Amino acid sequence: MTLTLAVTVGALYAAGTYLLLQRTLTRIVIGLALMGHGANVLLLMAAGGPGAPPLIGDEPPAQAFTDPLPQALALTAIVITFGVIAFLLALAYRSNALTGNDVVEDDIEDRHFGEDLRPEEGRLT
Amino acid sequence: VTTAAVLVPLVLALPLIAAGVALVFHRSLLAQRAVSVTAVAAVLAVTVAVLVLVERDGTVAVQVGAWPAPYGITLVADLFSSLLLAVSVATALGVLVFAIGQLDDIVERRFFHPLYLVLTAGVGASFLTGDLFNLFVAFEVMLIASYVLMTIAGNRSSIRPAMTYVVINLLASTLFITAVGLVYAATGTVNMADLTGRMAELPAQLQLALGLLFLVVFGIKAALFPLFFWLPDSYPTAPAAITAVFAGLLTKVGVYAIIRTQTIVFGADVSGPSTLVLLIAGVTMIVGVLGAIAQDDMKRILSFHIVSQIGYMVLGLGLYSVAGLAGATLFIVHQIPVKTSLFLVGGMVEKAAGTNALAKLGGLVRQMPVAAALFLLAALSLAGLPPFSGFFGKLALVQAGFSAERWVITGVALGGSILTLFSMTKIWAGVFWGASARDEEAIPVGAGAVPGPAEGALSGPAGGGAAPGTTAEALPRVPRMMTGGAVGLVALTVGIAVFAGPLHDLSVRAAEGLVDPSSYVEAVLGDGPTGDTLVTGEVAP
Repeated sequence: MTLTLAVTVGALYAAGTYLLLQRTLTRIVIGLALMGHGANVLLLMAAGGPGAPPLIGDEPPAQAFTDPLPQALALTAIVITFGVIAFLLALAYRSNALTGNDVVEDDIEDRHFGEDLRPEEGRLT
Repeated sequence: VTTAAVLVPLVLALPLIAAGVALVFHRSLLAQRAVSVTAVAAVLAVTVAVLVLVERDGTVAVQVGAWPAPYGITLVADLFSSLLLAVSVATALGVLVFAIGQLDDIVERRFFHPLYLVLTAGVGASFLTGDLFNLFVAFEVMLIASYVLMTIAGNRSSIRPAMTYVVINLLASTLFITAVGLVYAATGTVNMADLTGRMAELPAQLQLALGLLFLVVFGIKAALFPLFFWLPDSYPTAPAAITAVFAGLLTKVGVYAIIRTQTIVFGADVSGPSTLVLLIAGVTMIVGVLGAIAQDDMKRILSFHIVSQIGYMVLGLGLYSVAGLAGATLFIVHQIPVKTSLFLVGGMVEKAAGTNALAKLGGLVRQMPVAAALFLLAALSLAGLPPFSGFFGKLALVQAGFSAERWVITGVALGGSILTLFSMTKIWAGVFWGASARDEEAIPVGAGAVPGPAEGALSGPAGGGAAPGTTAEALPRVPRMMTGGAVGLVALTVGIAVFAGPLHDLSVRAAEGLVDPSSYVEAVLGDGPTGDTLVTGEVAP
């Protein structure tokens, strides 16, 4: 079981890393989501052996239940990842509205790139 | 309940409550401004009180919700964190005043004030949290606010760099949560005080792996070489006030987290300087400053300098001695307001002249004497010339380097200072000295926010451009709030220089607490059980 989970975590990180190296923002977002899942599974693995009920009886032996703290950590991490990915999607949508695509462009000479656009856009400072 | 136990949670609670109140008043900009300035000023008062209490009584630990450590949520204020916290919040207040003067009303109405307050709360939480997972949460609070602030203009030139910024930080956060999971699996705790003891029990290789993972995670956030590339790309595109607060606070919180986690992971059993960290520090200093010299835009030069200065802070960690960490602490304390005030001067120049490009500026010392004086003070301080504040931080670091007999890195640090001075001279010569470049070259007309110079530039050549430099058409006035914010921060840096002696003593005591964390551990865990925890990660098969 632990081996299965370990392989799952590895596969999620690998796929996430691959997608993260792509050019389009939608793929990057999916890659980040996969990596986030990998991290959450890793947290659950830290909780110990699977299968046993969380809490039964008044004084269960310490080995009989799963450690609940990593589940709480994973829950928090899921919420945070959800929020940030929602923001990234909004950013991708905005990029699509402004430029017609969601490709992350090269950043070389981006200052000059920015300056070329200034006259038509006005400056917001 | 002690006074400190009430004050410490207020650092987080006040700005978060104020953010909610500011949202309620989203129709009235005036009310929002009043709420946020009052809140940040109140937080500043609280942090100064915490610093005084910690200085007098030692480390303060608060168990939020009264769950005993290491199970509950712990807030800890030791000298290191409360010193940095007080300076950070003072800087945040200066930038807030500046931002009210600088930002367009339209931009300011896009929930600038609630976001700024959440950012302040995140910075405060990062400094005060006593466990690794809440450090992650605090970082996320801070970063999510910063994502929105960075894209607050919403135009094309700010979207693309913001994407890089968000994706890189999200990747670092994922690595961070991975590291937290691994630490928990290995030790069964995420409480920093509890970890200091347990890390020592781990095999050396595992310690090294966890230490390196944390170095990568916070190296991205703090912009260490070779993980700094996102910073000079994304920072200059935001409005000046927002870049300034990012430059002053966010990377420094990253450095704080590097120092905190490395001292926890490796504890007191480190024999001496780490060659790897010193190498990273040296390359970061030099690459950053060389990058700065190559730029021709004020904000971009300053952005590369952020990277360079991070190297000096990490140098103190790499030496891993009380003297080195004390030098790093003093250097961070000086760096937070100085870096911020330089960006604020950049914002003043941009507001008046409509650009930050060196080629399009010149001779501003006559038209903007206040900005020129502020820049001179802050720039000499950044370069580390005596008697300005940067000198004392660098002196402490160099002395620590010599006493550790690390000649090469110390020489590199001194060489980096000269290059820093050179690039500051470049800004000074390009922006403040010389003939007004506007006699020769027109400024882009698109500067909708500043019609003054555009008209002046158009009429200038028509007037024959007689006697360059003497024409001195009046630049639009810089709003008083902007000047006030910048003056306040520069006054803070002068204050740091004046009180460098006492501050250095405080830094030494803070560094002693980092190298020997026994008082920190005792404040958090008391004499409670540290060995027989209810739940441990060791049950994992």
